[in-house]
Amino acid sequence: MTEFQTVIGLEFHAELKTKTKIFCSCPTTFAGEPNTHVCPVCLGLPGVLPVLNKRAVELAMKAGLALNCQISPFSKFDRKNYFYPDLPKAYQVTQYPLPICKSGYITVPDADGNEKNIRINRIHLEEDAGKLVHSGESITTSNYSLPDYNRAAVPLIEIVSEPDMASAEEAKAFGDKLKLILEYAGVSDVKMEQGSLRCDVNISLMPKGSDKLGTKVEIKNLNSFRAMHRAIQFEEDRQRRMIERGEKIVQETRTWDEGSGQTLSMRSKENDHDYRYFPEPDLVPTVITPEWIEAVRSELPELPDKREKRLKEECGLSYYDCAQIVATPALAFFFDEVAKIFDDKKTIANWLIGDVSRLINVAEKEYEQIPIAADDLAYLLEQAKSGAINNNSAKAVLEEMFASGKKPAEIISERGFAQISDSSALEEAVKAVIEANAKAAEDFRAGKQQAMGFLMGQVMKATKGQANPNLVKELLAKMLK
Amino acid sequence: MAITVNDVEYVAKLAKLTIADEEMDGYIKKLSAILDYMQQLQEIDTNGVPLTTHVLPLENIFRKDEVKPCLPREKVLANAPDTEDGYFKVPKIF
Repeated sequence: MTEFQTVIGLEFHAELKTKTKIFCSCPTTFAGEPNTHVCPVCLGLPGVLPVLNKRAVELAMKAGLALNCQISPFSKFDRKNYFYPDLPKAYQVTQYPLPICKSGYITVPDADGNEKNIRINRIHLEEDAGKLVHSGESITTSNYSLPDYNRAAVPLIEIVSEPDMASAEEAKAFGDKLKLILEYAGVSDVKMEQGSLRCDVNISLMPKGSDKLGTKVEIKNLNSFRAMHRAIQFEEDRQRRMIERGEKIVQETRTWDEGSGQTLSMRSKENDHDYRYFPEPDLVPTVITPEWIEAVRSELPELPDKREKRLKEECGLSYYDCAQIVATPALAFFFDEVAKIFDDKKTIANWLIGDVSRLINVAEKEYEQIPIAADDLAYLLEQAKSGAINNNSAKAVLEEMFASGKKPAEIISERGFAQISDSSALEEAVKAVIEANAKAAEDFRAGKQQAMGFLMGQVMKATKGQANPNLVKELLAKMLK
Repeated sequence: MAITVNDVEYVAKLAKLTIADEEMDGYIKKLSAILDYMQQLQEIDTNGVPLTTHVLPLENIFRKDEVKPCLPREKVLANAPDTEDGYFKVPKIF
């Protein structure tokens, strides 16, 4: 039997983090009452003139730089014509022959754990469509539909990969990495559940070793990477069975149906020329100079691959710790802030992955809203490291910092967490404990080591846990000689 | 240029137009004439002429990313043939 090879290419649409739409000054805020974030420009009323949002251009450039693309010195807009009620003008303003970014790549692990570069063909700028509410259960069972144009003309970038992925796992790795890079770059919210990041899959099969691509099918309506993974596996199977039965794959668009776990045929796919692209006459070309590119590049933070390498090499963190921190940009940025003040990076990592993450989860907060300041955490860790407070107290202080927003120094003094590290202050307590527990003291002198633990416990009790344990041990040993 | 019935039907379908049989000959003639007229451009030697992407000598006209007031909804929906609960209302799509 012929063995088949899966060929996957991905297309992502990411909403850019601008305040306003791509060609007009309406807000891009998610939700809102229907048709309240619209104006004559985004409704496509006659006689209006669209003007390009500079921030949208810069965010697209940022995405391009973060994804190792070339930024085009010259790009322009075109009209893509099709009729659909979510498109108020009956055309979408997009970029066809001259996109803003070209030829990038993302590195992901392949099946053998080696690094594999997945190429990016292009990134272009375009406007989003509106949203349709259907009167019935689904579009086909509805008697009418209700367009809301609040989302129409929100700036998008479309990122098109080359067909370089060979499995659902590689596609998911590409998606995860792309999402993380866009999040670090501050280009998009990348919230799949809110639709600010959307993904379409192009998939075909060919005999193993062949270089002739099979007929591809496009899958839409993938609301999560998990859905993407399932849809690819379903489609690999469906296409292989069809080929084995001698049936022909039709080039078409299919939709993922989460409920039944299958892809369903939507429509036969238009050819590009059916969209009758032509240059958008109302918008002038964009010319990008090397100076502008460098200015935008300087806004980029350290990106995930480089950051992970640095945390491993410079901070001596384990692979697990690095991955945990790098996977959440807000946590990674917070780590850097704390590390500027407190230099034991391993300890910072442990606290962030451990107690800080736990408290954020308990409070049901996002990492973007860590309710404590980096210098306060640094102070707390310093106090624990120097022995001024013990580890359990430090945890309690952190909890209260989360709950009350108080400064750590204030909490430590209020709750009397400061350890007694002054030996003259402790000598009194140690002496009293030895006198009160003459039997235990005798046992220890007779060589019974366990008695030391008991005596230490008594001292800790007498000092309400505030004694520095190392110092207590030292004093006991000295006085029992 | 020879335009066929198929070409006209194909273009009409993309434009969501219905063309009656008796109109077909007229469309074939008119569309052919337009294409023949444009065909004259092919006779010009354009070697060394840079690609024209826009007729105006302008580039980089931008807007600041600042929110301005939107159109009030009653005006947005004023010319709509049909509305419901603040939405436009359109006939069955499929």
